Amino acid sequence: MAIDKRITSATEAMQGIKDGATIMLSGFGGSGFANTLITALRNLGLRDLTIVANSATHPLAKTQILIEAKQVRKVICSAARGRGKDLSAFEEQWKAGTIELEVLAQGTFAERIRAGGAGIPAFYTPSAVGTDLANGKEIRRFNGRDYVLETAIEADLTLIRGDIGDRFGNLTFRGSQANFGPAMATAAKLVIAEVFTAQEAPIAPDRVMLPGVFVDHVLAVGSR
Amino acid sequence: MKKLNRQQMAWRAAQDLQEGMLVNLGLGMPVACSQYVPHGREIVFQSENGIIGAGPLAGKNAADPDLVDAGSRQITVAIGGVVIDSVASFAMIRGGHIDVTLLGAFEVAANGDLANWDSRMPDKGPLVGGAMDLAASAKAVWVIMEHTTRKGAPRLLDTCTLPLTAPTCVKRVYTDLAVLSVGPAGFTIHEIIPGLSQAGLQAVTGAKLTFAPDCGVINAPDLTDEE
Repeated sequence: MAIDKRITSATEAMQGIKDGATIMLSGFGGSGFANTLITALRNLGLRDLTIVANSATHPLAKTQILIEAKQVRKVICSAARGRGKDLSAFEEQWKAGTIELEVLAQGTFAERIRAGGAGIPAFYTPSAVGTDLANGKEIRRFNGRDYVLETAIEADLTLIRGDIGDRFGNLTFRGSQANFGPAMATAAKLVIAEVFTAQEAPIAPDRVMLPGVFVDHVLAVGSR
Repeated sequence: MKKLNRQQMAWRAAQDLQEGMLVNLGLGMPVACSQYVPHGREIVFQSENGIIGAGPLAGKNAADPDLVDAGSRQITVAIGGVVIDSVASFAMIRGGHIDVTLLGAFEVAANGDLANWDSRMPDKGPLVGGAMDLAASAKAVWVIMEHTTRKGAPRLLDTCTLPLTAPTCVKRVYTDLAVLSVGPAGFTIHEIIPGLSQAGLQAVTGAKLTFAPDCGVINAPDLTDEE
């Protein structure tokens, strides 16, 4: 049997995911959100999820439908402020104390995910030293400068958005779609990518932007 | 005396960006700087979601929702520009490769402390984004902000009252009243708007000001203040 990671049902691919799972969602500023997959995840009706996504409130991300459905116990992100006059779904639940927030410097957010996929349990970073976000964390001095210890983040499931996928799971990204996707794909037990189109023919080796070894399933959604 | 408007503040800061610099512009007034760089001066604008060489906003026909900057604005990529992922982008930032980051701020202290991420607005969630990484590791941190709050309280202070983004990082501040540097002696004024006295500027500042011997006036062009 030949390798073929292309799927037609996202729901089926997510069957092993349980309540309490940690789930990474790629995307930044309207680019790279796996909104078809997030909708499928919502429909599974799981509870107590920990969501790892750069923004808890971006209006173009379907992350909010998981929050609105009260499926999320905790969010790890760098941005949690809604834009509208009214509070976002996240902010309402956060204020009510029903959802936990871990807010990070964006570079620390990205690097903790990278570390999770790269076999590095923790690292020291200069970001957030001397701020409230370093409270309670170990500070260590190297070459006369202070750094804060941050630990890796790993997940049960990652949902990312790419442009073109092939049967090996190799992906390309267009525009600024990559953002957190490549790192998140390395840091989860199960990785599903939604793409504009999923082809049988392999993408040229020097055009692949994320090697298919990090991707378990590819779902074509047919639109950009 | 006429305060600079937001476009004029962005214009003034842009005049100090030098050919070949790698520059990250924060949300709000800082991103407006790119349109006021003197003609013919090439600057590489980094947007922390991974654009190295961000170009102007995309026109209606060229707008692509898959190509956005750190402010979620649909943009173009400049000639010679490239796109990388967030991990590589922040490695670039923490690694000290950014020459200048221009950031908005709520408060700056005389020792260079920066507060720009949490204004303690009731009910609103926190927004850190890339500011802490940029403030900690860019070679130079410059701030663009109004000299006082809407209620007239000073934003330039002996000590920040709001949560810090990074300690002792700010090197320059461009306000609607003055251009100043931050050094061991605190705030030094290099330029001031026409018609404002040194005493008048000191009166709306929450820390002791030093005036540079060659302190000049800001001659900003007329620019319409529009977002």
